[in-house]
Amino acid sequence: MTEQRLYIQGVVLGEECRCSLADLCRMCSVNAEIVHEMIEEGIITPEGTSMQEWSFTTVAIKRVQTAIRLQQDLRVNLPGCALALDLLDELEELRRLARRR
Amino acid sequence: MEYKDYYKILGVARDATQEQIKQAYRKVARKFHPDISKEANAEAKFKDVGEAYEVLKDPEKRAAYDKFGANWREGQHFEPPPNWDAGFEFRGAGYTGGDANGFSDFFESLFGHGHTGRQRQHVFRMQGEDQHAKIVIPLADAYTGARQTITLSRPVVDANGHVATSPHTLHVVIPKGIVEGQRIRLEGQGLPGYGGSPAGDLFLEIAFQEHPLFHADKRDIHMVLPIAPWEAALGASLTVPTLGGNVQVKIPPGSQGGKKLRLKGKGLCSARQNGDQIVTLQIVVPEAKTEEQRNLYRTMAQTMAFNPRSELGI
Repeated sequence: MTEQRLYIQGVVLGEECRCSLADLCRMCSVNAEIVHEMIEEGIITPEGTSMQEWSFTTVAIKRVQTAIRLQQDLRVNLPGCALALDLLDELEELRRLARRR
Repeated sequence: MEYKDYYKILGVARDATQEQIKQAYRKVARKFHPDISKEANAEAKFKDVGEAYEVLKDPEKRAAYDKFGANWREGQHFEPPPNWDAGFEFRGAGYTGGDANGFSDFFESLFGHGHTGRQRQHVFRMQGEDQHAKIVIPLADAYTGARQTITLSRPVVDANGHVATSPHTLHVVIPKGIVEGQRIRLEGQGLPGYGGSPAGDLFLEIAFQEHPLFHADKRDIHMVLPIAPWEAALGASLTVPTLGGNVQVKIPPGSQGGKKLRLKGKGLCSARQNGDQIVTLQIVVPEAKTEEQRNLYRTMAQTMAFNPRSELGI
């Protein structure tokens, strides 16, 4: 008897996929106010003029989730999170370049 | 049960002041935070650090822990003596902070488990937590797409409210053209919810196994192709391996070492984006082993009139 396996298809979170404010809030379990604060701090940047039209790359999900963990675990405030995220991106880029050598 | 040396975990002396313990905790917590550290076991270390601080920051818990003496070593087999906690009142008093989820057996047997956090989850409806995991896949699986069976360990709460970990097996589709560092979100595959609420989501971050020939940089696949000097000078049609099998590649005449050739569409291609294979030429000089072979080089030296150092002005 062959075993029937159900393979789960996920959604790839990449630069090319976009999500709405509601999606972002749901996926990160945060309210819109927190997302607003993060936008003001430059942690994430929406595309679109009005709030209804806002869309985010799915990379924003990771930034929001990381910012929340840094706040909870290390008591980093929001400007500190913005700085840490930018430095982490830079570090990642440098590691990538170092690997290429 | 293994003894945990909380002082060693935080890197402080047994007679450290509360202030020193706080400072040491903040320092190692930053170092091992899973979002910051690239160490493979950062998450486990971060949990250990949180657990150590949970005990040492509370003078009463610390005093109780200190009663076991200084002669225990990390990982040594340990059973608490009976009534060791007589005179202390922390048991069941709850945590002062931190996520008790995943504290060690050692901790739980001494100080109980997270009453405050866990009980609340039983009373209210609450969506399950998201789970984050990293999976390491062969490069070939990213190129073609694949199906993988993965096993994650996740915390399970038993009837007594005791937290244990149990393996959880999932079959997942690895989409074609996924790149390193990208995440796959599997809705509803995180930790189960409470009181009939939906489960959390599972986020899988992709990492690649080392490959002997290829390495990926975003969507591009890099490889070094060794060629003979005459292939570089005269041009050649060579067989080059790619993740999709061997292909024929034309080396233009007069190619220098370090020249890069781009094989369009031979990188990691998803439904929307294409990657290329970048081939870097590496000229390998054959060793002259016989007199005849040495003469060949001498003839070249005489007829080529070539100064590779002309740009250096010498």
